[in-house]
Order: sequence, then structure tokens, then C-alpha cells
Amino acid sequence: VIAVFWAWLIASASPAAAQAPTRGGTLKVNYLEPVTLNSAVVSGTTAGVYGAQLFAGLVQLDERFNPKPYLAERWDISADGRAYTFHLVKDATFHDGKPVTAADVKFSIETSKALHPFGLAMFRYLEAIDAPNPHTVVIRLSKPYPALMRTLVPLLVPILPKHVYEEGDIKKNPASRKPVGSGPFKFVDWQQGQFIVFERYENFFRKGRPYLDRIVYEFIPDPATRVAAMETDRIHLIPFSYVPFVDARRLEKRPNVGLSTKGYEGYGSINQVFMNLRNPYLKELKVRQAIAHALNKDFIAKELLIGFGKPATGPLVSPNPFYSAQVARYDYSLEKANQLLDEAGFRRGADGIRFKLNHELLAAFPDIIKTVAEYMKEQLRTLGIDVVMRASPDFATYVSRVSNWEFDITTDFLSNYPDPVIGLDRTYLSSNIKKGVAYSNVTGYSNSEVDRLLAEAQSEQNFDKRKRLYHRVQEILVADLPIVWINEIQFATLYHKDLAGLPTGVLGLLDPLDGVYWTKIPR
Amino acid sequence: VAVTYVGRRVLGAMPLILAIVVGTFVLVHIAPGDVAMMLAGEAGGTSEEILKSIRVEYGLDRPLAEQLTMYLGKVLRGDLGFSHSYRRPVMEMVLERVPPTLLLIGSALVLAIVGGTALGILAAWRPSSLLLNAVSLLSVFGYATPIFWTGIMMLLLFSVHVPLFPSHGMATVGGTSGGWWADAVDIAHHLVLPAVTLGFVYMALYSRLTHATMLQVLRLDYIRTAYAKGLAERSIVLKHALRNALLPVVTMAGVQIGQVLAGAVLVETVFGWPGMGRLVLDAILRRDSPLLIGILLLSSIGVVLVNVVTDLLYGALDPRMRPV
Repeated sequence: VIAVFWAWLIASASPAAAQAPTRGGTLKVNYLEPVTLNSAVVSGTTAGVYGAQLFAGLVQLDERFNPKPYLAERWDISADGRAYTFHLVKDATFHDGKPVTAADVKFSIETSKALHPFGLAMFRYLEAIDAPNPHTVVIRLSKPYPALMRTLVPLLVPILPKHVYEEGDIKKNPASRKPVGSGPFKFVDWQQGQFIVFERYENFFRKGRPYLDRIVYEFIPDPATRVAAMETDRIHLIPFSYVPFVDARRLEKRPNVGLSTKGYEGYGSINQVFMNLRNPYLKELKVRQAIAHALNKDFIAKELLIGFGKPATGPLVSPNPFYSAQVARYDYSLEKANQLLDEAGFRRGADGIRFKLNHELLAAFPDIIKTVAEYMKEQLRTLGIDVVMRASPDFATYVSRVSNWEFDITTDFLSNYPDPVIGLDRTYLSSNIKKGVAYSNVTGYSNSEVDRLLAEAQSEQNFDKRKRLYHRVQEILVADLPIVWINEIQFATLYHKDLAGLPTGVLGLLDPLDGVYWTKIPR
Repeated sequence: VAVTYVGRRVLGAMPLILAIVVGTFVLVHIAPGDVAMMLAGEAGGTSEEILKSIRVEYGLDRPLAEQLTMYLGKVLRGDLGFSHSYRRPVMEMVLERVPPTLLLIGSALVLAIVGGTALGILAAWRPSSLLLNAVSLLSVFGYATPIFWTGIMMLLLFSVHVPLFPSHGMATVGGTSGGWWADAVDIAHHLVLPAVTLGFVYMALYSRLTHATMLQVLRLDYIRTAYAKGLAERSIVLKHALRNALLPVVTMAGVQIGQVLAGAVLVETVFGWPGMGRLVLDAILRRDSPLLIGILLLSSIGVVLVNVVTDLLYGALDPRMRPV
């Protein structure tokens, strides 16, 4: 009896042994349809959601933003920080059976540098790439660039097979529609407007993985239909809050649906109010401070974003390793805000209005953008600032107006990405004040101290020193306030509760799904 | 006679089609922002170099007149060019979307015309107050409700609460593995909700139309003559009266084909039906001018052809209307 009891104890104490990942089953995902499956030439979330399944990267990021082995089983960084040597796993192959070699890595990085939207930001100091043998790659830089390790992920630098993509114009290569990669899943079919199908790559170099037989991505343009499909188990996974917040809260209560806001730390989106510093009112710091004091970030997070947000303190999201909370605070106070506007010398007219501002309204993401913009209009009206909303009919119009500085204020959300060289440099470096360039430094913010610190931080190898530089940058930015950072967006992943092993790294669903499995395979 | 008539109609439509192409081209290009902005915006930023290379690649850096002449030259040679965002031939992209849209619109129209006329005849022929009220209630309801709302209600009723039909798509992904017959049944199964949603509005309209004209026609002298000759009532109503009562329905169906296409955009969006309507929306939002103009060009040709067919059908129904 004791032996039986003992055996039972052991069995119940090791649930992991009892629940080894099951192989098999189809995962049905619903997300935006991509324009291309070649994630080396595009950026954004569709590049990762689809591309990371097809293409492996040199490294992945763990829960704390640290690189962990993927195609590279280990790496050494030279003392001067200018040579990165990667040792590739020996048995990795592309989906056509050819081995993944150093030449493919070299080709991929060169392609990324030339064609990826962040190519120049990621590889600005790239000098040469050597391939001393088929399994060793040495990246040589003209200056140390510690951000490199956080950019060599499948999302940003997917490894392409050179023999497939080297001929001709890669953007027009038919293999961009039927890609060949070395990731856990291989391409099967893409019916535009309907679905994309990937299936398990049997020779994936992580043995035994992936567990799923197939991933089917179904495209459902209407949010109400999307919700209905999730409700009835016709869809098992929806990333990036691709259903309205209200519906996510409703779906979450269903017995078959789980909701998680983890895995978006590395993407790091912040909902923010951009202020055009060329405007005669907004160029006054006190006016910007008044606007910051007039917005109740807790109210926005709790009521407007129904909990899918967290008050932001500055330009970086709080899980980011370079985040600092030691910055100026602008607590909610309409009284303080009014006082600041009086001090700035903008008195109320007979109609109670101090001045007028034009708010350029982005028509997309109404949950995040429109609700906040409308709230802000009402708040600013009580301060005597008359906000006139101008809605852009579509995204191209919006991006064009904002990047050509045709706005006073605008609300949008921008992402940090894993390293501040992508997330901060483009928005705050004065050298990136470039009319007509999308998501450049559109506010016209220019501070030589910030320029110097950001440049220094790009090449600072010591993590603690680098962190101090970015802390100082955040302190100055929050004091100068070219932007009011409202909320860290807590995107929601909706998933079927029988799914296990969803990615836990900071890039979440922009990572490969090789560890995902069904605890109970749906029929 | 019919051939020259068709030829004349098609030739007559040429200037209209040209105007559509030029108009769309100019409109897309004078709107702020372009495909390079769109791509850069989606990426969350990029460099000047990449923006410039996209514009050079698509010829967007050249004067508008030059771009337009180049485009028209290609269209005349039957080349609709490459989609800017998807980098695929426009012709190929549009052609793969035509069959689903035709299937949807065709089924919806058949449903609307057959169902609508049947209801209309019934209401005129056997005017019991219950039936009359039911038909007019149905038609007011059908005509007054926004099509996307009807769609969502259908979805909630027959796909979520009573899961009889699929919620989205045109076919089961990966096929049914049961041969072509099973695949056809599968598509028909997916088709029911979208086709009924789209057909409902027009069914309402056609039933009102048939009802009104039937009431008129049934009072005419030749019908009285037919009764006097001792013909069966069924034959009088279905042969003699209906033929005349159908004329307005055919006219409406022909005229409305453009509107049905517009309605299809909404229905395709609600049910994730992979037709042309969704492609149009996508092309507009992405500033993909070759794709947008390609679709508009082909669909305007389609509308012209449908109108010609309507005219010919008219002649078949009513010999007085045959072209001379």
C-alpha cells in the first residue's frame, strides 16, 4: 500500500512527465493578411507573425531581452566590440534540403542592410562579413554596436537561402510568395484573400519540434465575424489585439478562451501625443506641460482602454532593460494645467478660448487612437484650448500629412523594438528631422545633449554605462516633453485554452511557434 | 442585327471606360500620400534612401502626365501592370477574384429574382391580407436594413447560436478530401449566408415591383380576353401576365448590377468571401493604383456587358423592344 501511495505521489508531483507535448493537430490563427512573405524586405508585425515561422534567425530573445541560441549555437564578441563571431548549428537545413551555411547568413545580412526598412539603423557600422568556414560567421563593425545582438532575431533579420534569392531583384522574386526558409514550418499554400497554410518541417534542426502538424492563417476582414469565429472554435489564436478591446473582454469570459498580455514587451508600443514644436503655442514648454497635466493616464488606461494599457512615464516601456522611472512626473491636475497656461501668457479670450490647435486624427486602431483623441479634445477645451479634429481618410494620407509636418498635435502609437537604437533614435535624433520621411523626428525636437548621449549609447559596450546614458536621455526627454507618452499598450493574445507552449520571450508571437502544442487535439 | 447592335453599344462605352481609367488615375495620384508612404508607414519608419528607391521603382518620381501615358499605353496592349504592394501581375490577381464574386452575385440575383417574383406573383394573385402584409413587411424590412447589419445578424443566428453554416471563407481550408462533388457542396455550404444576405435586399425590391406590375397587368384587357377564352388561370397568370410583369424586374436587375457589386463589397467583408469587392477596398487603402484601376477597368467592362445582355433579354421577352 505504501509503495502504491509512493508511486502515486511521484506521479502527481511530476505533471511535466505526465504531459509531454503531444504532436499533431492544426492551429488556426487569424491576423492581418501580409503583402509578402519575404520578411527580409518588410517590417512590422506581419513580418514576424508569418516570417518567424518560415525563417529562422541567428538568435531569439528570452523573457529578459537577452539573446539565446537559435541558428547560432554560441557566439563570441571581441574585446573591442567590433567583431561578432557566430557558430552555427551544424544540422540546420532549408526547406529544400540544402544546408544553412555562413554564406546564407552573409547574404541575408547584406539583403537586410540594403532593403529592410530598419536596415541602415541596424547595420550602420557594418564593415565586412567573413565566412571562414561554412559554420562560422564573423560580423565586423567599424564601431562597437551592442544593439546588434538584439536585432539578429527572426523578426528583423530572417536568414534566407542564398541559392534561392540571389538571382535578380529579390522583391520581385516569386520565392517571396512561396518562401523557402529554415524555420519550424514550411510554406504550403497561399490563397490571397482567404488563407495561408504552413506545415511542420520534418527536418527542423530542433529535434522533435515543432509539435503542430499545420498552421492555417485565415483572413477575416470584419471584426464581428472574427469574434464569432473565435467564439465557436473556428479560430484558435488571435494575436496583437486584432479584435476590439470590448470583444476581447467578452471573449475572455468564455470557458474555451484564454487572454494574455505577455510577449509584447520587446515590441513595446506606447500610445503618445506628438506635438509640433514649430507651432507658436506648442513651442512653449509650459503649454506642453499643461497638456501633460490635463490627461488622466489612469482614467485612460482603466476606462478608455478597458485595462489594455498602463500609464507610461516616458519614451520606453517599463519592461525594457534600459527603462528609467527617475523622470519628471506630470500628475493629473487641471488646476496646475490652467496655471501653467496663464504663466505662459496665453490668456482666455471673451469666449473662454486661449488658442486653437489642429489634431490630425488617424483613422486606424479606433480603440487606441480615437477614444483618447476625443477625451483629449474635451480635456483641453476645459483649459481653453480649442482642438479641431481633422480626420485622415486613410493611413497613407495620415502618414503623409504628419511626416510633412502638417499637424499641430496627433495621437499615434509607436514601438520601442527590442533595442533603443531603433525605438528612440528615429524619433528624437535631430539628424532625423527629415520632411517627408515616415515616422522620422516629426515634432522637430532638437537637443544637442540628447543627440550626443544617443550617439554615445549606440557604441557603449558596458551594459551599465549604456543604461546610465539612456537613463539620462529619458530624464531630458521627459523634462523637454516634445511628446506626451500616455499608455504602454497591453496588446492581448486570445488563445484556445487547450493550447500550451506559447512563446514566452519578449517578442512573443513574433517568434517561432515551434514549442506550441495541443493538450487535447481538436477534431 | 443583334451583332451590330452589340458592337455599337460596346464602342459607345469606350469613352466612358477611358474616363474611368483616367479619372481614377488622377484621383489616386492627387490624394496626399502614396504607396511608398504607405509601405514606410506600415513598417513604422524607414530611411530616405528606401523611400526614394520605391518611388523610382514604380516611376512615381516622374511627372503625372508621363506616368499616365505610360500606363495607358500598357493598358492598350492588354497589360494591366504589376500591383505595387503585392508585386504580382494585376490581371492574375483580379482574375482569381472574379469567379467568387460572380458566384456570389449570381446566386444572390437568382435568389432575388426567383424569390422576389414568386412572392410578388403570389401576393397579386391570391391577395389574402396575411400574405400581403407578410410580403410588404418583408420587403420594407429587407430594403431598409443596412446590408452589413443583416449579414452580422445572419452570422450570429445561423453560425454562432445555431451553428448550421460556416462563419467565414469560401471553402474548407485544404479541401474536403472527398472529390469534386464534396468540394462543390462545401462551397455551396459556405455560400448560403452571404448569398442570402446579399439577395435579401433585392428580393424585397423585386417582390414589390412584381406585385405592383402584376396588379396592373392583371387588370388589362388582354387578360380579360384570356379569361373569356376559357384558359386556365395558372396559364394566364404565369404565361400571359408574368411575361409583361417581368419587364420592369429585368430593367431593374440590369440597372442595379453596379449597386449589387457595391453591396457585394460589404457582404464579402462580413463573411470573408474572397471576391473583388475586398480587393477594391484593399487597393484603395494601399494606394495601389495599378490594382485599383485594373479592377475598375474590368468591372466597368463587366457592367457594360451586363447592360447589353439586359437589352437583348428585353427583346426576347417583348418583341416590340427588339433592336432594329
